[in-house]
Amino acid sequence: MSKQELLKKIAENVIQGRVVAEDEGFDEGYEGQPAVTELVEQALADKIDPKEIVLESLTGSMEEVGKKFDSGEYLIPDMLASAECVGAAMDILGPHLAGAGVESKGKFVLATVAGDLHDIGKNIVGIMLKGAGFEVQDLGNDVTTERIVAAVKESGAGYLGLSALLTTTMREMQTVIEALEKEGLREKTRVLIGGAPTSEDFAKDIGADAYCRDAFHAIDLLKEMPRQ
Amino acid sequence: MSTEYRPGIVVRPYERLEKEQIEHLHRASLSILEDPGIWCYNRRAADLFGTAGAHVQEETEHGQPVWRVSFPAGMVEETVAKAPSEFVLGARNPENRLHLDADTPRIYFGSGSETNVWLETHMETFVSREDPEKTMTVPRFSELRGSSALLCRAAKLCDRLEHLDFFIRPVNIQDKGIDETNHDVNKFFASLNNITKHVQAGLTRLESLDDVIKMAEIITGGADELRKNPVLSFITCVFKSPLQLVADTADKVFSIVEAGLPLVISSSPQGGSSAPIQEAGMVAQINAEILAGISLVQLIRPGAPVLYGSVPVRARMDDLHDLYGCPEFNQYNIDCAQMARHYRIPCYSTSGVGDAKVPGAQAMFEKLFTDLYMAMSGAQYIHYAFGLLDRTNTFCPVQAVIDNELIGKVKHCLRTPKVGAEETRDAVEMVKKVMGTSHRLFARHARKAIHAGDVSDPFAFGAKDLQDRVVEHAVAALEKIEAEPANHLPADIQEKIFAEIPGLLPSLKQAG
Repeated sequence: MSKQELLKKIAENVIQGRVVAEDEGFDEGYEGQPAVTELVEQALADKIDPKEIVLESLTGSMEEVGKKFDSGEYLIPDMLASAECVGAAMDILGPHLAGAGVESKGKFVLATVAGDLHDIGKNIVGIMLKGAGFEVQDLGNDVTTERIVAAVKESGAGYLGLSALLTTTMREMQTVIEALEKEGLREKTRVLIGGAPTSEDFAKDIGADAYCRDAFHAIDLLKEMPRQ
Repeated sequence: MSTEYRPGIVVRPYERLEKEQIEHLHRASLSILEDPGIWCYNRRAADLFGTAGAHVQEETEHGQPVWRVSFPAGMVEETVAKAPSEFVLGARNPENRLHLDADTPRIYFGSGSETNVWLETHMETFVSREDPEKTMTVPRFSELRGSSALLCRAAKLCDRLEHLDFFIRPVNIQDKGIDETNHDVNKFFASLNNITKHVQAGLTRLESLDDVIKMAEIITGGADELRKNPVLSFITCVFKSPLQLVADTADKVFSIVEAGLPLVISSSPQGGSSAPIQEAGMVAQINAEILAGISLVQLIRPGAPVLYGSVPVRARMDDLHDLYGCPEFNQYNIDCAQMARHYRIPCYSTSGVGDAKVPGAQAMFEKLFTDLYMAMSGAQYIHYAFGLLDRTNTFCPVQAVIDNELIGKVKHCLRTPKVGAEETRDAVEMVKKVMGTSHRLFARHARKAIHAGDVSDPFAFGAKDLQDRVVEHAVAALEKIEAEPANHLPADIQEKIFAEIPGLLPSLKQAG
């Protein structure tokens, strides 16, 4: 396979949402053929510039997938499958990209706040952010304010995503924002919040930068935000 | 036996009756058939029963002869056993044939029932009195008198409804130019010229049978072809409950069976008036009536294809009208499906009827309540399930579109479980794989099931705002379906039918 063919094949498999060879694609007839993981490894073995892989095969493909989702052709599992592909590719390419002149879209710390064990929505956000080119540090669920603030401080993350499903835990988000302020980190970090009981008004009320209706809304909002 | 037929859904039947209870009901039915027996108003049928071993005694009732027929138990069991367990109901499109097998609870849903009223629906916008800025769009209804043009529309619509498996005309034809002599040929032609699925109807007049059969033979390509692919079949309500065998319908049974075409022996007693309201009494009586009817069919021609047609209903206690969407309806009808299975005869049953006069929450309750239960019963041939309102008096095409969605969901719900060694092994692998990721999400792995068609779509007519928009969305869906072209018969076939069959309305001819 020529370099161009290989790059095209990776893009095609991102759109098909195939992480590994055994995965089926959106369309029929893909099962068993090399998928994003195998193809990216082959590209590296062929000495293809990792930067080129990111630009040629990953970036445009996710745009394409987004369009298919907006038009109703793709459903959420299809969108997540493609995002996982990009995430898997970035995991492989990460070490090779250092110093290659490809910067991530930014560092993103994610957490479900203290007292709350719900993490499905937050995990979907994680997959989508990774697929969109962010470096994601997922702290998990029931994360104390201290741990969140420490992670932001240590990583220098420009973005913090907070999630809560319970009306009893959503107030923790405010505690986190106050703690960031106390540590002098608030100005450097955009705080995005989400979860069923939260709202635009609640985000304003607690001083968050944005309320995200769902993972896809989060990606749209981030596209419009100046880079942090 | 043809191998092409609609797939239907093979269900695992919900069995309400224990074996012992089936035996009790069977014995009770045989006992009723022996004493008091049936009141037979057809001499030919009485003679045939007598020749086969029944005790027949002629009496006079209101100056008319009636034959009291008492069946020995062994005779009924012996003749009923001759009914075939398996046969095919044909269709213009071979893929639309129905495979009826009493030993396989494969269910099909269809329409019914010759209503006189066609209910049109349109959406109208109203302005709020309190706040003229606020408007609301609600469905408004108007009634039309049934006509041949509306029957054509109904057949064309039903051809397009994915989950409708067979067609019983849902609207009566009352146009100018239709009288008793040409009613049958026009109703069958209007149906067959607009739908490629199986067509079934009652016969208004025995004298029309030959013309109706000739029409079907032209469509299928000959007499043998029609018997191999019976594109039409007949409903005969030969019993007037309680236990009275009707003279002219019995004549029709003779002619249809002698013509070698399939038929339904249908009985519809009303619990609380023409049959006991108690479950045991209702089922024992209707079963006796159907067994006597099926015996007649098998005595006319052993092995003749016949459906066990059970339509037991309950009376409302405030006005004695039929009450369909109620628990007793399901109980009676599930029991009958079990009785039919016991005799190894395919079952013609009912669901989707109610008191509601317009589409809405009441119709939804009454329909789904019986659709789901009757599908679970495993009755092979479930009629009345599309578009009926106001019991069986009104047909509403918008309701038929909503019913198509309900039946689709019911069929999906009752699909055979995909749970075997391979599936469980795959499941364990999937769990391991997902638990090895940081996000622990199964969403990506849902794709295989989605692509295989195993994951149902959300309810098609739902809304995302604070209004119920089911009817509004169904009106839009109907408009879209009705804009699609009809599957008419080829022009030369239509020409031939018009040349050979008298009495057809010229307006029914379509560009083939």
